[in-house]
Amino acid sequence: MFRVKSLNLDFMKYRRQALLLSLLLLLLSIGLLMFRGLNLGIDFAGGNLMQVEFASAVEVSQVRACLAEIGQDQAVIQAYSENGVIIRLKVEDEAARKEALMVLRERFPGLELLRFEKVGPVVGQQLRKEAFVAVSLALLGILLYITVRFQFRFAIVSVLALLHDSLITLGLFSLTGREISLTFIAAILTIVGYSLNDTIVVLDRVRENSKHVKQWGILKLMNVSLNQTLSRTINTSLTTFLPVLVFFLLGGPVLANFSLALLAGILVGTYSSIYIAASLLSEWYLRNPVK
Amino acid sequence: MLRRDRWRLIIVALVVIAALVSVFPIKGRINLGLDLKGGAHIVLMAKGTEANPLTEDSIDRLLAVLRNRVDQYGVSEPVIQREGRDRVIVDLPGVEDPEAALELIGKTALLEFRGVINATPAVPPGPQRPNYDSDEEYNRAYERWTAAKSEIEDLKADLLEQSETEAGTMVARDDEGRYYLLGSPYVTGKDLEDAKTDYDNLGRPMVTLAFNNEGAKLFDKATSINIGKQIAIVLDGVVVSAPVVQERISGGNAQITGTFSPSEAQRLSIMLRAGALPVAVEVLENRSVGPTLGADSIKQGLRAGLIGALLVVLFMLIYYHLLGIAADLALLVSLLLVFAGLISLKATLTLPGIAGIILTIGMAVDGNILIYERVREEYNSGKTPYASVDAGFRKALTTILDANITTLIASAVLYYFGSGPVRGFAVTLSIGIVSSVFCAVLVTRVLLQVLMSGSKVPFLTRKA
Repeated sequence: MFRVKSLNLDFMKYRRQALLLSLLLLLLSIGLLMFRGLNLGIDFAGGNLMQVEFASAVEVSQVRACLAEIGQDQAVIQAYSENGVIIRLKVEDEAARKEALMVLRERFPGLELLRFEKVGPVVGQQLRKEAFVAVSLALLGILLYITVRFQFRFAIVSVLALLHDSLITLGLFSLTGREISLTFIAAILTIVGYSLNDTIVVLDRVRENSKHVKQWGILKLMNVSLNQTLSRTINTSLTTFLPVLVFFLLGGPVLANFSLALLAGILVGTYSSIYIAASLLSEWYLRNPVK
Repeated sequence: MLRRDRWRLIIVALVVIAALVSVFPIKGRINLGLDLKGGAHIVLMAKGTEANPLTEDSIDRLLAVLRNRVDQYGVSEPVIQREGRDRVIVDLPGVEDPEAALELIGKTALLEFRGVINATPAVPPGPQRPNYDSDEEYNRAYERWTAAKSEIEDLKADLLEQSETEAGTMVARDDEGRYYLLGSPYVTGKDLEDAKTDYDNLGRPMVTLAFNNEGAKLFDKATSINIGKQIAIVLDGVVVSAPVVQERISGGNAQITGTFSPSEAQRLSIMLRAGALPVAVEVLENRSVGPTLGADSIKQGLRAGLIGALLVVLFMLIYYHLLGIAADLALLVSLLLVFAGLISLKATLTLPGIAGIILTIGMAVDGNILIYERVREEYNSGKTPYASVDAGFRKALTTILDANITTLIASAVLYYFGSGPVRGFAVTLSIGIVSSVFCAVLVTRVLLQVLMSGSKVPFLTRKA
């Protein structure tokens, strides 16, 4: 066992390039969020959702044509299998949903309604506010915990790392136009927790090795710590990534976006725990070498 | 194994036995959320009006009527609770037809019998292109139809004008597009004693009504002065039917016929028996899942979980060999503990909850990986196997705790703010974190001690 030899990669040599890449990705994500925005699902925007399955394979265009007849051409129709689609109506009126269902039933006999959801505008607004408060509170709690357990600098770089991870995940969702629902907030908070988990393991090692900082210099300190934790970082990312990937592929349409967010978060989180936190700490130390 | 280390074995054995006892047999022990077992989650907002303001009393009566309707509909273990000032949450697990359930909950069901003062004709059905030979004929038919429609609109405006000058009157529409000018109500649903579903002699479903004494008297009077005229049966402001009174009815019985399906007739009779809602309600939020989707979700979740777990188990075996076995056993125990935790906390398992368990599978072996990597380092620095394992566990412990407590903070916040499915995710994630830390720190250690006491530690080889 333990056939993998200890590596000695010079991660810090590329810290500036890595930071630049992250900065670019961040700017891109923020730009996307500002100008393209997010595809808010009915949880936040209000509206009606129906998941239906037809007796035989049906094209999305057929469904769209059918709904256009009753003036619902704004409906978002997404196929998740040959004969299953999720339909979102922009209006939250119950009568509109019933009318849509009626014309679909007439046109496609044997249709089965698997799920329907309605969220009124009041609830949507409330959920948006709650999601914002929840994310802020979680960040605050984590900031406090790391400050107490490590030091303030560590807390700042970890929070920057997790902001990096969640913003890039959000950017990805803006780019692909995938829907943001309530479970997406759960995914973002999980990414926050996971990203930190990774970062903390690295920082923990930095703290342990920090007695050598005078002798090694900050860059070697970071490199040694990163190399020592590298196989753990990669192994844990793999063991977390694999089950979530299986769930994304086989877990059905309801949570597909949720697991996709997790997958993206795990990938970005692994990268950021190697590069972002350590690079930021080094740069900070090089400019202002306090402890 | 050293004598001083025995306490670990005892704790682990006790916990595992307790978990096994609480988990098996698993059937029926886990509370499934509405998204897995099917059902409807409905949030209502009570809406007061100037004439009928919201009071504590009207909300209490609203809850009572809703409870009554749900009970009569036959839902097991419904949840009907008030939230905040004007909201009511209704959870109906396992209903076969969530659409019907929504109808049952959201309708006021205010029944009125009113005399018909005046009425417009019905709107004829619009022309269908295939019924006409040429576009021209069709267009002419279409013009005739729009003319007829606007004529009815004009008549409706007249009716509305009349109703404004006469107190107690109202204008209501029926299914066929007729508008009626109706007098003030003779009898209402308040005076009902019973309502049943029945079939008329043509086999069409109808609802039969039995009035109480007061209602019977009022109905008797109403029919006696309206012989040869229409009386409209109005439900929530819509005319269900407006039969012509043939004779005076004094027995206190009446029927409502209309274009019902049998299940609609059944719902209507339930609502009439349970009474009208004391205030109108608006459905703020509704999440309904049919029974097939729930069963599918469980199946898909289970399959994904099993395959995911298998991949992780294989990975640990291939990468860590014998140590991997210990990690895999610890993973099994950790999953067992997650289910035991769910059951003993009476938590609800939702679809995101299943995702939380799947995430736990991956994160559970993280503790083992941290420990093993540490043990390897200690061993490579020249320590004996025993000392390496000891030092590895000791040094990895704080890392494991620090890394997991932050995730726990995030999921605690999620639990506090989330509702329903999201909360289910927070619960399984939290239980998963706690149990996987327990397993990495204690279970793995016990397993390693057992392994090491039996052999000459074949699983550590020094770095070349």
